[in-house]
Amino acid sequence: MKRTVNLMAYSEKVIDHYQHPRNVGSFGTSKEVAVRKDVGVGIVGAPECGDVMQLQIRINEQGIIEDARFKCFGCGSAIASSSLATEWIKGKSVDEALTIKNTQIVEELSLPPVKIHCSVLAEDSIRSAIADYKKKNALGTEGKTTSASPVAAH
Amino acid sequence: MAFKLPIYMDNAAATRTDPRVVEAILPYFTEKYGNSASRNHKFGWDSEDAIDLAREQAATLIGASPKEIVWTSGATESNNLAIKGAAHMYERNPEGTPGRGHIITASHEHKAVLDPCKRLQSEGFDVTFLSPPADGVITRAMVAAAMREDTILVTIMWANNEIGTINEVPEIGALCHERGIIFHTDATQWVGKMPTDVERDHIDLMSWAGHKMYGPKGCGALYVRRRNPRVRLEAIQDGGGHERGMRSGTLNVTGIVGFGKACELASLEMDSERERLLLLRRKLERELSSRLEVVQVNGHAERRLPQLTNISFGFVEGESLLMGIKDIACSSGSACTSASLEPSYVLKALGVGDELAHSSLRLSLGRWSTEEEVDYAIEAIVKAVNHLRTMSPLWDLHKEGIDVSKIEWQTH
Repeated sequence: MKRTVNLMAYSEKVIDHYQHPRNVGSFGTSKEVAVRKDVGVGIVGAPECGDVMQLQIRINEQGIIEDARFKCFGCGSAIASSSLATEWIKGKSVDEALTIKNTQIVEELSLPPVKIHCSVLAEDSIRSAIADYKKKNALGTEGKTTSASPVAAH
Repeated sequence: MAFKLPIYMDNAAATRTDPRVVEAILPYFTEKYGNSASRNHKFGWDSEDAIDLAREQAATLIGASPKEIVWTSGATESNNLAIKGAAHMYERNPEGTPGRGHIITASHEHKAVLDPCKRLQSEGFDVTFLSPPADGVITRAMVAAAMREDTILVTIMWANNEIGTINEVPEIGALCHERGIIFHTDATQWVGKMPTDVERDHIDLMSWAGHKMYGPKGCGALYVRRRNPRVRLEAIQDGGGHERGMRSGTLNVTGIVGFGKACELASLEMDSERERLLLLRRKLERELSSRLEVVQVNGHAERRLPQLTNISFGFVEGESLLMGIKDIACSSGSACTSASLEPSYVLKALGVGDELAHSSLRLSLGRWSTEEEVDYAIEAIVKAVNHLRTMSPLWDLHKEGIDVSKIEWQTH
């Protein structure tokens, strides 16, 4: 058994997000949101890597992210990164949301080097959710995009 | 609350040293501090007498003769001495030539067995690493099927340190004796908890350590059979010829005195302790399994140590689970300390999926564990798992009836 976690290493902000996560939830089941044009869904990570983040954003006709919901399977830093991401993108335009960088999350949550990948996943989940929204609405995608949702193999 | 936080449930890592053990040790620091090898004064004799008593206490616990106990620094050293020492003594051909000999072990052994075996492999020995079945139990039949004409050593642990499963050790020992093959067992989690008799159980070499049975750290023992057959070992450490030449070095008198006392206490108390802890472990497993969905107790349902359980909680991640139960000191099957996670190789060897391996806890009880502590742990774990599942996207998919293991994930 390996040493897994030094609880003292978590910043107060990470612990606060872990205990009181903001905007946990979704706008429907995976099937329901798949057909909603006003909702973008991003799912990044993989269970075998120990992190899966799901971000759902609801965007109005003016292109503003009116609401955001997250779910996260991952360590405390991953939960905090995705919780923080929902706080930051709410009220922002799609283009503004795309300017959020993982390094800002690292700084805000005081993440140690071994947890930087958690912030990367959070940034990816924002890009992935926006890409899904654009795809559904036949808008041009730009920059780095990842697939919007996992593909059921069977 | 009748207990202090945090609660200690990591007795498979180290136990509290019994205060009676500490009391026995103390005079050997400041009053009886002689070197047990000093033969010409009272200080030396006092230490030697204490070593002799401890040797007898250790031998009594396992049904051996005192002359068959070799003192070491712990089970890792005992394993190294037993495995490398026996392989080098019983090798078929010298180093640098092919066919030096065949060794059988299992892939979910402790690293202190696996790594010496790998070292021997690099020196030209053939090693078979048996793959355990899903229940984790290595049987006589599995070992028999792997035996060859040139097999010189079998090393199979008595009880697994991560999941507590109990291998068919007496049966494997009997098989080895029928075939004239040396049998070693790493009994670190077993001795002092379960009745042990090296004659009845056909053991040739057996390792164990003080700090797993309420003795001090830094002291271990290796049982080395002297008759039927007489087992010989090539020493790793050369020097003053202590321990019949098998382990040179001034004896750790204080550690050995404590080790002996711990063995004596185990002989007296293990039966009642075992029954008490089995009830507590069963309560822990029963409550967690009934109050939470998708809970898996890893390893064989019955052939397990009474004091240890390894439980996986589906769709929650291990580190966040530990964060949620920070008042319970225990071990987890995964480590999210780097970008690439490594789930427990023991659970992987059993075929436990990565998700369940990542979300496992090892809870190990001990002499001072109470029912109140177990009740507290149950409540804390149920609360943490439920909290994390409200956040888990995998839990949602599971609830929608989607098989998460069949999804193709976008990995980085």
